[in-house]
Amino acid sequence: MSEVVESHAGHDDHAHHGPAKGLARWLFTTNHKDIGTLYLWFSFTMFLIGGMMALVIRAELFEPGLQFVVPEFFNQMTTNHGLIMVFGAVMPAFVGLANWLVPMMVGAPDMALPRLNNLSFWILPFAFGIMISTLFMEGGGPNFGWTFYAPLSTTYAPPSVTYFIFAVHMMGASSIMGSINIIATILNMRAPGMTLMKMPLFVWTWLITAYLLLAVMPVLAGAVTMILFDIHFGTSFFNAAGGGDPVMFQHIFLFFGHPEFYIMILPAFGIVSQIIPTFARKPLFGYDSMVYAVASIAFLSFIVWAHHMFTVGMPLAGQLFFMYATMLIAIPTGVKVFNWISTMWRGSMSFETPMLFAIAFVVLFTIGGFSGLMLAITPADYQYHDTYFVVAHFHYVLVPGAIFSIIAATYYWIPKWCGRMYDERLGKLHFWLSFIGVNVTFFPQHFSGLAGMPRRIPDYALQFADFNMLSSVGAFIFGFSQVFFLYIVIKTIRSGKPATDRVWEGAHGLEWTIPSPAPYHTFTHPPKITDAEAHS
Amino acid sequence: MEQRQRHTVGKLIMLVVGMFGFAFAMVPLYNLLCELTGLNGKTGGAYEYVEARETVDRSRTVKVNFITNTNADMPWKFWSEKGGVEVHPGELHTVNFFVTNPTDKVMVGQAVPSLAPGLATDYFHKTECFCFERQVLQPGETMEMPMRFIVGNELPAHVASLNLSYALFDVTDFVDLAKIGTDSNPG
Repeated sequence: MSEVVESHAGHDDHAHHGPAKGLARWLFTTNHKDIGTLYLWFSFTMFLIGGMMALVIRAELFEPGLQFVVPEFFNQMTTNHGLIMVFGAVMPAFVGLANWLVPMMVGAPDMALPRLNNLSFWILPFAFGIMISTLFMEGGGPNFGWTFYAPLSTTYAPPSVTYFIFAVHMMGASSIMGSINIIATILNMRAPGMTLMKMPLFVWTWLITAYLLLAVMPVLAGAVTMILFDIHFGTSFFNAAGGGDPVMFQHIFLFFGHPEFYIMILPAFGIVSQIIPTFARKPLFGYDSMVYAVASIAFLSFIVWAHHMFTVGMPLAGQLFFMYATMLIAIPTGVKVFNWISTMWRGSMSFETPMLFAIAFVVLFTIGGFSGLMLAITPADYQYHDTYFVVAHFHYVLVPGAIFSIIAATYYWIPKWCGRMYDERLGKLHFWLSFIGVNVTFFPQHFSGLAGMPRRIPDYALQFADFNMLSSVGAFIFGFSQVFFLYIVIKTIRSGKPATDRVWEGAHGLEWTIPSPAPYHTFTHPPKITDAEAHS
Repeated sequence: MEQRQRHTVGKLIMLVVGMFGFAFAMVPLYNLLCELTGLNGKTGGAYEYVEARETVDRSRTVKVNFITNTNADMPWKFWSEKGGVEVHPGELHTVNFFVTNPTDKVMVGQAVPSLAPGLATDYFHKTECFCFERQVLQPGETMEMPMRFIVGNELPAHVASLNLSYALFDVTDFVDLAKIGTDSNPG
């Protein structure tokens, strides 16, 4: 590991008190590092559970016909896979990273509201406990797709839908509390000299993401509340018989839904913007434009939601507006992609595991972005709508997008978190398995989608057999390489080589100025912000 | 908590409460938008017919087609006497619709109209419609329901035909059979 600066780790800060012992430490902790760790482990657990559901789906789709599961259970698998991956894996992972990193990056001793922080984490296991328990109830768990469109989630929902609604309320409350905490930390607890435009991009992207969350999670809560009322209290928000309108559900849901997709990608932009400059050994190209690009993507996310519903019927003017507004997003996104490439241009690059995942992110996320542009073309969307092309599109932006960035972040910061280096050889192997697995899984889905294979079906016409078989093989490669990732992480924690304080030769930022592993309490006295440690 | 923190958190909580309210405000906003743009083909409420106000345009004929549907679990039979009529704008017309309750239970139905093309909803006026209220049918009962309408003179010239569709829903579970007749529901 020639890239690692050799220096001495472990001159402890001698905190006044360390963590409590045993289970109580984790139950009652208000320490941002402990809570970050809890979030990350929780998210990884959910990732494996959601992943197993994906493998049930892919096993069933390996061949045409029904082999393993009945269609009703298949529907529960697609629904819960989506819900768990979105709300249980990706979002908590980003919140966990924010907990660990934001205070260390802005030079704050902890999060602004530590007890709220504890509460917002500990709601989550209960929320998901409730949701997963519905799978064992009579009539089964949610089976209406993770978007729970009415009337599938009202008139035709299984009896367990009330548990699902309650679980969504709890997840929403958790996200809202987490976001308030993150904004309060970033706005009020920065070390003197850490001006807004000196903040690392991960902090910037999270600040904007947190505002998005606060703006749309209450709308999601409103949507599920309306569903609850329609089911139990005789209202007709989405029931045409009583003067309501099921299409209105789609508008309300997607007003939440579209910003939600950016909530799952903006922190990823932040992570990649930290990693690429480190391994290109150059400052980030176009820092200011990166900040403005993230802000404009966040703004645009509020005015494009109806591009998910071109086929429900909309006046021409509406279709044109949502098509053009959607395409507009390509501009700030393009700014970001070109800035990352310009950062790497003529840099003295090295390719450690985090960098490999970050570069794969740039390439594969761009593919997902382009298929998004194809879907944005209204007349073409009539063909692509609800086919596997859409499945391929959003998995390209979420798996090698959001998930790869989280994996990259784990490799990049784990030496700081636990003071030990991961095994570079195993990390690279994990990267290549994931990279091949993800492409073998999702690339063929573009073709089966264009050929007309609908999404959310347990059986399919014979002409899609080859692409589906390929897809299933890729899914199992990708799935098991994440179990391998778990092994790498555990091996790092237990027996990794000691890491240096700076860890990476090209790393800039306050988190690299403290010892590895990061002491339980950091920056109890605000640090001095030098230009070298300002944004990287 | 420090003063500044309190301030930030207070503002953020206000944002959350406001957005929760906005979710519910989207319901009337959506209906208003549909009404203004004719989106979804939602036709308006009862229209007052004043003979002196209407001038009949005999130079023009518009075809109005009627489509009747029953929703998934609705056992009633539902039909109109004619599949369509040719009308002159400004003329008052009556078309009879029929429903039969073939079950052995007292049931309540609600018809929901939709007009295509949606942009024509502003020019399609109903002076009387069964969709303005719910229908209560005794077991085996058949009911004749007149629907009176006028196609407005201002209907854009390029619109040569209109399709008025009714979906009939079973709302027996939603209403209190004891107090039927006192409440009605605008279509």
